[in-house]
Amino acid sequence: MTDVSIFSLLIAITVGLAAGYLGSLMVLRKMALVGDALSHVALPGLALGILFNFNPFFGAFAFLFGSAVVIWQLGRITKLSFETIVGALFTLALAVGILIIPEPELLEALFGDITTVSLPETVISAVVSVAAIFLTKVIYKKIVLGMISEELATSTGVNVAGINLLYLLLVSLVVAIGIKITGTLLVGFLVVVPAATAKVTSSNLSRYSLLSAAIGAVSSSSGVLLSSYLDLPPGPLVVLSGIIIFGGAILIGGLTKSPI
Amino acid sequence: MKEGLNSFEISSLIVESPTDYMLKVSNLSVKIQNQTILDNVSFEVKKGTTLAIIGPNGAGKTMLFRVLLNLVPHTGKIEWTDKVKIGYVPQHLSAGDIPISIKEFLSFKSRSGIEDSLSAVGLDSEEILNKSLGILSGGQLRRVLIAWAIIDKPNVLLFDEPTTGVDLDSEEAIYRMLSHLKEEYKITLLLISHDVHIVRNYSDYMLALNKCVTFFGDSKEIVNPALQKVIYGEAVCIEHNT
Repeated sequence: MTDVSIFSLLIAITVGLAAGYLGSLMVLRKMALVGDALSHVALPGLALGILFNFNPFFGAFAFLFGSAVVIWQLGRITKLSFETIVGALFTLALAVGILIIPEPELLEALFGDITTVSLPETVISAVVSVAAIFLTKVIYKKIVLGMISEELATSTGVNVAGINLLYLLLVSLVVAIGIKITGTLLVGFLVVVPAATAKVTSSNLSRYSLLSAAIGAVSSSSGVLLSSYLDLPPGPLVVLSGIIIFGGAILIGGLTKSPI
Repeated sequence: MKEGLNSFEISSLIVESPTDYMLKVSNLSVKIQNQTILDNVSFEVKKGTTLAIIGPNGAGKTMLFRVLLNLVPHTGKIEWTDKVKIGYVPQHLSAGDIPISIKEFLSFKSRSGIEDSLSAVGLDSEEILNKSLGILSGGQLRRVLIAWAIIDKPNVLLFDEPTTGVDLDSEEAIYRMLSHLKEEYKITLLLISHDVHIVRNYSDYMLALNKCVTFFGDSKEIVNPALQKVIYGEAVCIEHNT
């Protein structure tokens, strides 16, 4: 394996783990489509990075981070659901991104390209992923309690709005680095499908969250490996790998899962 | 006290020493988007007693709990006794399809005392700990919620409709259990209920709300037809200075 292949695989594993773990909360909150749509908000940031010659990751993260704050604040003020606000923002972002991004880089932005990663990018991705997992683990129970009952959570001292904001910011980080693997169009897969797969076969929270992280890592790493062997773009192969696991889980879960 | 309620005694609630109070609420008001939700509400709760909060839908009962838990901006004064520890049981949960076991749910609040609190509410730990929260029956869920509320040994419990989703047989059992817990743990209870029978049999005092206070006094008065008309009819506010 070449250095780039090893770097790609490392990014795939760490980002897959983080996306799967954070995505498990996204699916519980019935925000699967939010995770998908949020990723498209990165497009104008990527475009600015390409146009002004700085690392597009930072542009993507800045837009995702800004959007997360806007979504959180608009949700608090208007009481509109996250889906509604993200739906409006992501179409705007997609439109602006497509208008300003140079055409040759559009495909890479939309579908990702992990074949050109460097050591610093690999290190950044790994550190960001591990930090996102660690911070999410700290707030995981509080977020779940807030989903079960906001009053119950608040009455035990949980700052529901605060942890929701932190969670959205962590999702933005993971989505920003995930774009390198699958691109903006497909990165939503990483936060949605592993969690959906885990949910089909889990009856407790710890198993669900760990399984979601593991499936995220397996999907993205197998997609990247297949990509290097078949010489095809990694993004679609990551999605296909994950969907095959999802299909298998539905089959097995449907046959074996019974509430205990 | 305003006109219309002179026949109802509230003097029984005037206690001798401030230390007898678990809670004193004075001139509490809540407005949300220019809508009055609670209007100048005053009452007090003596330690070790049970206060039933009743009133028609939209009267502000659940809002009162939210304010007492300090979840909602308000005006007026809420004074809890020193070292108050509040347990809260909400009316609804959205556990639905969240894959969370009872053990995981209870451990969110405390890692110790889980078996004891389940036992106190009449549930078998071995049988229930690994069950999913979302598949419990109405009665089991209420008991688990009560176990959640008492796990860290509170001295006040706030119950929003303790028997929502519970069949009639289990309802009586839950109230008997609450009375028992109250005695055993020396707890002050505040509960929201629609049930006249429950208010009469399981509470010492009642606070009737219809945004403002329409009655505050002995729970036995609930059987008085004239009072029921006041409680569930057009709001006639009273003022009670604590």
